[in-house]
Amino acid sequence: MRLTLSLLMVAALANIAFAADEITLTADHQKFTPSELSIPAGVKTKIVIRNQNAVPVEFESYDLSREIIVPGHGETAIYVGPLEAGSYQFFNDFDHDMKGSISVKARGN
Amino acid sequence: MLATAIIMFREVLEASLIIAIVLGASRGIENRGRWVASGALLGLMGAAIVALLANVASSEFSGNPQALLNAAVLLGAVAMLAWHNVWMSAHGRQLSTEARAIGADVESGQRPMAALMLITLAAVMREGSEAVLFLWAIATGGEQGANMLIGGLGGVIAGILVGLLLYLGLLRIPTRHFFGVTSWLILLLAAGLAAQAAGFLNQVGVLPSLGNGIWNTSGILSQNSLFGQFLHVLIGYIARPSGIQILFYVGTFASIFLLMRTCGGNRKKKAG
Repeated sequence: MRLTLSLLMVAALANIAFAADEITLTADHQKFTPSELSIPAGVKTKIVIRNQNAVPVEFESYDLSREIIVPGHGETAIYVGPLEAGSYQFFNDFDHDMKGSISVKARGN
Repeated sequence: MLATAIIMFREVLEASLIIAIVLGASRGIENRGRWVASGALLGLMGAAIVALLANVASSEFSGNPQALLNAAVLLGAVAMLAWHNVWMSAHGRQLSTEARAIGADVESGQRPMAALMLITLAAVMREGSEAVLFLWAIATGGEQGANMLIGGLGGVIAGILVGLLLYLGLLRIPTRHFFGVTSWLILLLAAGLAAQAAGFLNQVGVLPSLGNGIWNTSGILSQNSLFGQFLHVLIGYIARPSGIQILFYVGTFASIFLLMRTCGGNRKKKAG
């Protein structure tokens, strides 16, 4: 029973996005790519932030209470969630025009 | 240039407001200026080291160590603010009456001088390291480097000025209400910093979030706005707090409040 249930959940997750538990966000020049990340609701997700610039980037989100400096040409991983469906904004605290959002979608949508 | 000024202003604002409150609240304590100044100096050194670590030691320091350091610095500041407030609630009232008449030189050994220094150190170190990194980023950013540095410097000066205004404002509060007002300010400040620390500890995974975004008041007052930022520093306003942040806020507030009551309870009169 338990096993079937978890298998079903895995299948459902795999449907939404492959390796839903880890995504990469790249900071290059003046923007984040992708500027809108999509993750499923209710799942703890690892976001690897890769900074291609020579200068540090501070990934910050008031919505998620996250704040982390990524050194120039470096990378850092943070965890978010499990989150409820909705939109969560983030930005580079060293350059507020550089921003993006995380779109969290309920499963089954 | 203006964007640079605004970012530096925000970085400096938090430290500036905290120092203003601490300086205001410690009015009448002998030598406090020297302690606060040495805290600021040590904080700047700490900030430079952290900035260097974040850059040179790069990936080993980024991520968890960085967030843990932030949480430790914040919680250290909370403990010092608590100590300061509890001490003040026990001794502050005599201080306000005696100090001005005779120049206060009694038992300085027991006074929370180290607390003053460490609060300043924590505030300057935390915000300072980001300011240093940011300035370094624009200085090496090429083209408009010089122009942006001037903007950044303008932001620093503006941030310090706002702190100065708050300090001068605090000094205008009548002595009768003074300790009441400043101890409330410190209480709220400490609770807010504790909530920030909780955010970092959750980021690292040491603490559960206990629910993300228990409520969301971004629509009413965005934390991005200047006023939102101001309230964030002063009273710990978070537009979209997680459960653990609320828990830390309330827990810290209640603990310090009770300690103040216990230690200051046998004084003649309550504030006000």
